[in-house]
Amino acid sequence: MHYTDVVCTFCGTLCDDIEVTVEDNRIIDIRHACRVGASKFFKASDIKHRRTKPIIRENGREIEVSLEEAVEKASEILADAYRPLLYGWSSTTCEAIKYGVFLTDLVGGIMDNTATVCHGPSVLAFQEVGYPSCTLGEVKNRADLIIYWGSNPLHAHPRHLSRYSFYPRGFFRERGMQDRELIVIDVRRTDTAKIANKFIKVEQGKDYELVSALRYVLNGGVLKKDYVAGVSREEIYELVDKMKSCSFGVLFFGMGLTQSSGKHRTIDNAISLVRDLNRFTKFNIMMMRGHYNVTGSNEVLAWETGYPYAVDFSRGYPRYNPGETSAVDVLVRGEVDAALIIASDPVSHFPKEAVKHLLRIPYISIDAFYNATSMFAKVYIPTAVAGIECEGTAYRMDGVPIRVRKIIEPPEGVLSDEEVVRMIYEKTMEKIKERIEEEAAEKVIV
Amino acid sequence: MKIILKNGYVYDPINNINGEVMDIFIKDGKIVNEFREKDAKVIDCKGKVVMPGAIDIHSHIAGGKVNTGRILRPEDHRRFVIARKFKNGKFFRSGAGFSVPSTRITGYLYAKMGYTMAFTPALPPLMARHTHEELSSIPIIDKGALTLMGNNWFVMKYLKAGEIEKCAAFAAWLLKAVKGYAIKVVNPGGGEAWGWGKNVTSLEDRVPYFDITPKEIIEGLMKVNEMLKLPHSEHLHTINLGRVGNYETTIKTMKLARGLENRDRHVLQITHAQFHSYGGESWKSFESKAYEVAKAVNKMKNVAIDVGFVTLDPTTTMTADGPMEYYLSSLTHLKWTNKDIELETAPGVTPYNYSPKSAVSSVQWAVGLELALLVEDPWRVMLTTDHPNGGPFIRYPRIIAWLMSRKYREDFMKNMNKAVEKRAIISSLDREYDLYEIAIITRASQARALGLKEKGHLGVGADADVAVYDINPEELNTAEYEKIERAFSNAYLTIKSGEIVVKEGEVVNEFYGKTYYVDVEVEEELMQEVERDLDYYFKRYYSVNLANYPVSLDYLTNPTKIERKIERVKVIK
Ligand SMILES: [Zn+2]
Repeated sequence: MHYTDVVCTFCGTLCDDIEVTVEDNRIIDIRHACRVGASKFFKASDIKHRRTKPIIRENGREIEVSLEEAVEKASEILADAYRPLLYGWSSTTCEAIKYGVFLTDLVGGIMDNTATVCHGPSVLAFQEVGYPSCTLGEVKNRADLIIYWGSNPLHAHPRHLSRYSFYPRGFFRERGMQDRELIVIDVRRTDTAKIANKFIKVEQGKDYELVSALRYVLNGGVLKKDYVAGVSREEIYELVDKMKSCSFGVLFFGMGLTQSSGKHRTIDNAISLVRDLNRFTKFNIMMMRGHYNVTGSNEVLAWETGYPYAVDFSRGYPRYNPGETSAVDVLVRGEVDAALIIASDPVSHFPKEAVKHLLRIPYISIDAFYNATSMFAKVYIPTAVAGIECEGTAYRMDGVPIRVRKIIEPPEGVLSDEEVVRMIYEKTMEKIKERIEEEAAEKVIV
Repeated sequence: MKIILKNGYVYDPINNINGEVMDIFIKDGKIVNEFREKDAKVIDCKGKVVMPGAIDIHSHIAGGKVNTGRILRPEDHRRFVIARKFKNGKFFRSGAGFSVPSTRITGYLYAKMGYTMAFTPALPPLMARHTHEELSSIPIIDKGALTLMGNNWFVMKYLKAGEIEKCAAFAAWLLKAVKGYAIKVVNPGGGEAWGWGKNVTSLEDRVPYFDITPKEIIEGLMKVNEMLKLPHSEHLHTINLGRVGNYETTIKTMKLARGLENRDRHVLQITHAQFHSYGGESWKSFESKAYEVAKAVNKMKNVAIDVGFVTLDPTTTMTADGPMEYYLSSLTHLKWTNKDIELETAPGVTPYNYSPKSAVSSVQWAVGLELALLVEDPWRVMLTTDHPNGGPFIRYPRIIAWLMSRKYREDFMKNMNKAVEKRAIISSLDREYDLYEIAIITRASQARALGLKEKGHLGVGADADVAVYDINPEELNTAEYEKIERAFSNAYLTIKSGEIVVKEGEVVNEFYGKTYYVDVEVEEELMQEVERDLDYYFKRYYSVNLANYPVSLDYLTNPTKIERKIERVKVIK
């Protein structure tokens, strides 16, 4: 079987032009995908290296169980919990995330996604000053100035440059890269910097200063210092000039900028720079989002609750206060007594103090691939790989929603995240309803 | 379930029923002929008002920019929350948001006011899946989405080349692909110009590169709309929204409808007309020109308006008019988001605080009411706030009370900026809407505008969407306006598809409503020509493949198709 228009669910670029050849339910050929994307397809179809049976751990023993038993146990953990954390939700479909919100609302827990440890500062800045942006096709058709700041797409988003930004021919950029200028701003000369028309090396942690200098000059200030953030006055003036005089500019930024000192204040400043630039010309800004559906995760949570991440339902309605209601913080402070971790591996990636608490509480791990977090879970449920073994919706980094496709069957008995989360939701609902009826009955006796 | 609503005062303008005491019979989700009381649930509506379920033709409740508004405004959601609850063995979700409520509570809040249908008015085709994901998450009410076309490259290209049949075939293809309901036009040409940070300011301006004028786009799509025999008219947010002195553009825009006819409805809807009825030379001399605009509407029988009332609340503005949102944020210096969408449109979002103390806001408040009071024919008026642009939809009961009570308007004006006395004529208008007229502008005219025969009335065969309000028309005193506002805020009963969903203002049941979309079939050869262009453009200029663009029916709750078959697309000159 030969499939076209397949969507790659590796990164937030969500390339939708992949061609895949399948024989006997195995992927044997992949066209157009980048190397990392292709390896994800092959890894999924190599089921020898996947665990495909749900597991329950009790008294240090690991027991393979049926899906129903695993779901029963999982819902018991959640229904019994006082304030559980439901975390992950970035490498899964919107359909699964939606049931995740229902479930968290039902059990009065906290729902958070991986934005909390990556572009969280960008979201906070978004809420402070806004976000002038566009879709990637706009960049392709119009942009003549492309800036990557603290982002190395050649490694993290390998086809970003060729599909959307620098290389492609666009409607108003018929000659492709010849009609555009590429500038990279980073603390080191990355591979992307090497192919750029211009590389500007900013001193580690000084991004905020550089943004401020650019805004200062843009708004008519006269720079007296020879260097700001390690960048010469001439370079700053030249950059401002280019930004002002392009006809459509775009600033892509990555973790290099969000995690620079100042965090959301740096992003706030960068967005303000782009807003200022719109007085002179057309300019947009965009986060380079990593997980393929972290954008969708923010979207689903926002339409269901009003807030994009770190949503706390423990008072019976959605509340949002990152720093207080975000995953790492509630773990470090030991405020949650159970967890459900889906499509994520916090045991490998969270700070030690947070992991310590997670390992103390009963939690469920749902993941297509058995990871460090699954290794210590009370319940582990393997699921199908979205975009390969099951379909669903994902949002590209620019917010374009794309239906990801199913091209092979998942291993026998393995269901999608959506189905598993829905089953847990329904089971937990049953349990909670019973308890509510019990309470009501008690009241009658009193 | 069988229900009989007994002895209510029925207001059903489509069937010319004006406050008659009648019984309404409901069976299997429909209004039916009289049946025997045995096995039916009989509800005494004596001393109460019975109306068809209300309809909102233009309310930004779902989609990319609505959600951007949510993400942008955590401070807004803290003003208004609804907690989760268990009732009748059902789990009702929690939610938050004053001006941009989350999706679940959007359905609850509409139902609570006796509304059973709302259309989201600005679906960007590339983002259609998002709009439908959100619509499908709104319970109870029926839904639909108007589809943005006024800055679409195919539309501009075909119209410029004089290929209006191809434009029509493309519009048909697009509506079906994105499961849209009607042709929506927002700042025609201005959205494309905004791709270069520019805008259009006159109907004769030329759009960069495409070399077409807003006038040509509006006229072209109005004709396309009729060539395809679409249920709704062209739905137009014309240029210069919110600008001082824009009323002349608005009147000129209306005149573009001259010569076009449709037996069942108007051919052009000037949406949120309030934002387009401003006079003055600068913000200092900003004044109401509602009188002039209403006069033009009174003359142009083939044009209708929805008002877009300003309710004087802090809110979040969101439109597909990107340059307008930028302009507004540059006046207020508040946060601003923009999202240019390739080949299609350019929405933006920025908060706005309408304050009764502000001269401009108070005049805007007057403009909306003046329009509604000065347009003589209520069948060409629709009650909207352009939610949340003029104010959140939860204020509709207050607007109803303002329209019904001169005293309410006078009392409300007491705390307002004096400009409302000098630069508007609201205080001189003594018209008061009666319940029949209210039923028209909140139900009948909206159903007629949408071309939905089973909606907006209580005749046999209509969908059993009904609202009962605790108002006794015999004892109605418009000076007691709080009572009116309270009654319309908390429906005594809302029935959706024959099921009781609200009792005495409380949501007691939920399920999903229908999602309407249009499916027009045109002749094959014509469609093939368009498909060749689609192939060419998608390969080169879109960032998604053509095969991944259309939205499947899986995304719609109870998809409901309005079909048209056009044997041969006939050009309207
Ligand atoms: Zn609108």
